[in-house]
Amino acid sequence: MERKEWPLWEVFIRSKGGLDHKHCGSVHAPDAKMALSSARDVYTRRMEGVSIWVVRADQIHASDPDAKPEMFDPAEDKIYRHPTFYTLPDEVNHM
Amino acid sequence: MTTTATAADAAHLDYVLRIADSALILGQRLAEWCGHGPVIEEDIALTNTALDLIGQARLLLTHAGHLEGKGRGEDALAFLRAEPEYRSLTICELPNEDFGRTCLRNCLFAAFQMQLWQALASSSDAQLAAIAGKSIKEARYHLQHASDWTVRLGDGTEESHGRMQRALDYLWPYTAEFFSPTATDQQAEAAGIGPAGSSLAAAWEESVVPVLEVATLKVPARTPFLSRGKEGRHSEHMGHLLAEMQYLQRAHPGGTW
Repeated sequence: MERKEWPLWEVFIRSKGGLDHKHCGSVHAPDAKMALSSARDVYTRRMEGVSIWVVRADQIHASDPDAKPEMFDPAEDKIYRHPTFYTLPDEVNHM
Repeated sequence: MTTTATAADAAHLDYVLRIADSALILGQRLAEWCGHGPVIEEDIALTNTALDLIGQARLLLTHAGHLEGKGRGEDALAFLRAEPEYRSLTICELPNEDFGRTCLRNCLFAAFQMQLWQALASSSDAQLAAIAGKSIKEARYHLQHASDWTVRLGDGTEESHGRMQRALDYLWPYTAEFFSPTATDQQAEAAGIGPAGSSLAAAWEESVVPVLEVATLKVPARTPFLSRGKEGRHSEHMGHLLAEMQYLQRAHPGGTW
């Protein structure tokens, strides 16, 4: 009998209201419903989350690791892109 | 008056033990899946369910120990009783067989627990009502998870459908015990402690039969067969289960870690 692997799903968990969903791992599942259920059972056993996203891993388009030099190195010497050079009034906190 | 009060207290204790022991014994059965699940995700899911049930059993057995008033705690009740003193439903002690039958039993049992916890939320026993409030959320998830698998496998391949139908034919007669009338049921209902099993039958069927239909499974006809685990008369499987479950406490009395 042919054995087919279930597709892989990437799991993203929001740890509490207001925070972003963060990638925390992956599960194998034949459909989204079961992927959510498995993600709940595997990744939220210790109160890690209040919300789960699952995304089929083959639906994620990733940048090419070999293209790192042209993709990311040019940003290296553009330090002025950080907003740290502006003088802010005291009333503006937490920038 | 004293005799009546004593009888009522005994029924109250018996009623709580039935709920506690059913959770304990099914928890023990499900724990057998640990490390043996068909995929790691489901291995963890079944173990989570087992831990939920054992958690419920701990709260209920602790409560039962207080009701009994003989100084027995959760461990003494869980590990040091003899087989006829366990009041668990027979369906809980039946062997897992395969993953499909395990999920189907979870579905049938969780649907029963849902009805029970719902009714117990208004119990005159405040502790029992509080445990019900916590446990119903767990049962809701167990039911969802088990129903999904019942449908997936029942309405799956020829092989999985056949296994699920055989599992249903095997398990169905044991569900009659959920609802069989006993003196304990009658007294618990009269005292407002909780529902008699018989009062939950219709709602249980309404929640379970549609799932079985979607799973393309044929619901067997009711037969006169009636198991009596909740009255302490267990199947041949119970002794083996208890031998394994009790071994550590029997071999090393009072052992902790």
